[in-house]
Amino acid sequence: MSYFKPINKHPNLEKNKLGLTRRDYEGGVSTLCAGCGHDSISACIIEACFRLNIEAYKVAKLSGIGCSSKAPAYFLNASHGFNSVHGRMPSIATGANCANEDLLYLGVSGDGDSASIGIGQFIHAIRRQVNMVYFVENNGTYGLTKGQFSATNDLESKNKYGEDNLFPPIDLTSMAIQMGASYVARSFSGDRDQLVPLIMGAIQHKGFALLDIISPCVTFNNHDSSTKSYDYIRNHNEAMGKTDFVPLGEEIKTNYDEGSSVEVKLHDGSRLSLEKTDHNFDPTDAGNSLELIRKKNKEGKIITGLLYVDNKCKPLTEIMDLPDKPLNTLEQEELCPGSEVLEEINKGLS
Amino acid sequence: MENPVKVDPINSLNDFVIKFANVNGTGSASANQMFAKSIFRMGIPISPKNIFPSNIQGLPTWFEVRVNNKGYLGSRGGVDIAVAMNPQTYSQDVKEISEGGYLLYDSTWKRNFNRDDITILEIPLTQLCVDSFTNAKQRALFKNIAYVGALSPLLEIEYEVLEKLISEQFVNKPALIEPNIKALNIGRDYVLKNLPYPIGINVKREDKLKDKILVSGNDACGLGAVYGGATFCSWYPITPSTSVAEGFEKYASKYRVDSQTGKNNYISVQAEDELAAVGMAIGANWNGARGFTATSGPGISLMSEFLGLAYFAEVPLVLFNIQRGGPSTGMPTRTQQSDILSCAYASHGDTKHVLLFPEDPQECFEFSAEAFNLAERLQTPVFVISDLDIGMNDWVTDKFEWDDEQKYDRGKVLKAEDLDQMDNFGRYLDVDDDGICYRTYPGTHPEKGAFFTRGTSHDEYARYTENGDINEQTLTRLVKKFRTASELVPDPIINLSEKPGSSGVIFYGSTSAAMYEAKDILNENNIEVDLMRIRSFPFNLDVWEFIENHDLIYVIEQNRDSQMRTLIMAEGGISAEKLRSLVWFNGDPIQAKFIAKKIYERESQQALIT
Repeated sequence: MSYFKPINKHPNLEKNKLGLTRRDYEGGVSTLCAGCGHDSISACIIEACFRLNIEAYKVAKLSGIGCSSKAPAYFLNASHGFNSVHGRMPSIATGANCANEDLLYLGVSGDGDSASIGIGQFIHAIRRQVNMVYFVENNGTYGLTKGQFSATNDLESKNKYGEDNLFPPIDLTSMAIQMGASYVARSFSGDRDQLVPLIMGAIQHKGFALLDIISPCVTFNNHDSSTKSYDYIRNHNEAMGKTDFVPLGEEIKTNYDEGSSVEVKLHDGSRLSLEKTDHNFDPTDAGNSLELIRKKNKEGKIITGLLYVDNKCKPLTEIMDLPDKPLNTLEQEELCPGSEVLEEINKGLS
Repeated sequence: MENPVKVDPINSLNDFVIKFANVNGTGSASANQMFAKSIFRMGIPISPKNIFPSNIQGLPTWFEVRVNNKGYLGSRGGVDIAVAMNPQTYSQDVKEISEGGYLLYDSTWKRNFNRDDITILEIPLTQLCVDSFTNAKQRALFKNIAYVGALSPLLEIEYEVLEKLISEQFVNKPALIEPNIKALNIGRDYVLKNLPYPIGINVKREDKLKDKILVSGNDACGLGAVYGGATFCSWYPITPSTSVAEGFEKYASKYRVDSQTGKNNYISVQAEDELAAVGMAIGANWNGARGFTATSGPGISLMSEFLGLAYFAEVPLVLFNIQRGGPSTGMPTRTQQSDILSCAYASHGDTKHVLLFPEDPQECFEFSAEAFNLAERLQTPVFVISDLDIGMNDWVTDKFEWDDEQKYDRGKVLKAEDLDQMDNFGRYLDVDDDGICYRTYPGTHPEKGAFFTRGTSHDEYARYTENGDINEQTLTRLVKKFRTASELVPDPIINLSEKPGSSGVIFYGSTSAAMYEAKDILNENNIEVDLMRIRSFPFNLDVWEFIENHDLIYVIEQNRDSQMRTLIMAEGGISAEKLRSLVWFNGDPIQAKFIAKKIYERESQQALIT
């Protein structure tokens, strides 16, 4: 069921530049389990959109099937949503994006959707550099069908019933970097301070942005022998250092020591300022990023933060030379060559 | 000629079948097409057919051209002249030649074919080309042009027509004109010096093709999509549909590029598979762009899940299904009409789809453009169902026409100013009582009109619901919408005989050409039949009335299970006894003789001698 919240406007709520409050970015009441990581992510999406002064009706929310794919109903009520079929959201996003690139595309998916049934569409959307933010709300389990292993579940991580997982996990971040994703971050649903700026950066990035967010499933994968439980993530999370989103025209407020931060300019002129924990790390070097992810995996750590960014990539619509005016606004006069041209074509065929 | 022919050679003017046997990948296709086009240019109706393997190089391939001054364009069967260029298939090719027919072969390596009832024309094509060209590739390639040159005096094809075709073909590569003309002359000169000419089979200029063009169905579908306003194409390569997307790209790259900015007012995406191809087209349509995909049978199977979503969530979509031989991978390079049921009811659950059945390239163009209007008006997938025979062969067809006054029907779409006037937008509210609701594109209005598109059960406001009564209402409304569709889709073409009480015949798609000829054969044998060519599904009242008015109806189809007959029975509760199935499904285009024979035998209770 979809439940709608009563709207109670509090006069003292903080407003953004559009005069909107955070409540204006909310969605329906979540029907996910209490404590589900996905709800925290929805809250972070709301926060990021609020802070970026995004007009919700200029956003398209797209998803596949699964618990994560329900989430778009729980934020941005004023946006159109498309809850498609299992694992196939990337193709819907690709077509929609080509029809009108003026909208912001937020794709919400899960590990079943993106690492199994839809892995083909996922990597091809990356490869085509569809201009979108792609959230994987990654909990290592199939929640909606009650706790089967997913393809991102770690080899040593048992399920709720104590059964062993026989196959190694797919690391979506390394895969995405190899496929050409131009903004790749990993985060944790419980780390709002890290996640919100990463989402803001992803929204302002032009190209395919992947946010692989560990989002514990409280019902099926939050037990002691799980590596995607809240406790496990908290104990093994190796955050890369603070990420600050700096809107266009604003000064960087955080002061880092010389050489301990790196700045990434985004498409609209806004910037991401990254605190560096490792002075040799360069987030624009894919080889460097892959090595870091591999190294940390080996150490049993979960590296989170902005792992890779390429701010010079060309999105699909540019590769295909689409006009500035969205295809869905072209009128018959611009589309139909008319009878005179047809007569010429006829001549060529006779 | 060395062999004394024991049977009178065939004498025929502008009425014969010639078959070229080649090895694929040797460049024969363009030579063969040039031959066909030269007859077309002489104003004589032709129907060329490619009979090709699912292979790129080295396997046998055939090109058959029926020349017929009465304008019968269906496959005739039998071969009057064989141009045998593939020793691998000599025995089969020679065996097929009718008594009194002709064989032209490359006599560089002489053969004895053990047929004393045909005229054998020996031309040492390989030797002639080796003597005239130094480049190995040219030596092989120009053998093909040389036999076309040889056919010119033999059949009395106007030589100037061939020369002109060559200069047109290589207008952008003028350096190739001279060697091609040279090759043409090699074949021609050999005949002039060494063989008696013309033979008994000839062509003579006629004036039967005014306002006709020669084009393939897939090219026409692609052009129709450009005229129909498609801006988005997503596709996955599959024979025989690939050339629909290629046709779209060809015409769009010419007529859809902004002259000022050089930007493309269209996009064609080669998807990673058919699932993604249809998903992308649905995404584009959801966002208000006219989008389509093109596929064949196996693609329909793969797209079925998404087709159910588009049906239930009510997203427009145009899909071209160029049918091939099934089931499974089947015969990818042969023709059938065997996806009727899999398209009509594609996807799980209760689903029904709008289908259009063009009979030739002209109708492919017309239906292709119209499909976009129907899809947006009805907010549902619309299938244009063609087949390999229509799609990949060139057809003599009426020239394309376009009425500049006719405006696109973009369907029920609310703009921001409409939403301003409304208090109660519900995506699935049946406001007009025709089963079609109002939709909005994303990004239309800051506060109103947003909704959640979903494949889960939903109420009139697009909210998820598990209320069974509401879901039943939605499914029932979709039936109402389908009824509305039956009033909008193309009518059947009905052609009644003068004799009351005649039996009826139902046919569709590429069967037309053979059916029109079969009707003439039947009439000559005093059998009258009433014809109904079905052009769309859902069936409208005219279809049901025709069926009602006949006691016996033959349903002619190119599939094993008589799928259209099943569809008629299922949708109209028509009894099985009334509809007599008449099927042809060997993968070759259906033939008039077959249809006429079957109907004659049934109607007169005796055999038809043709």
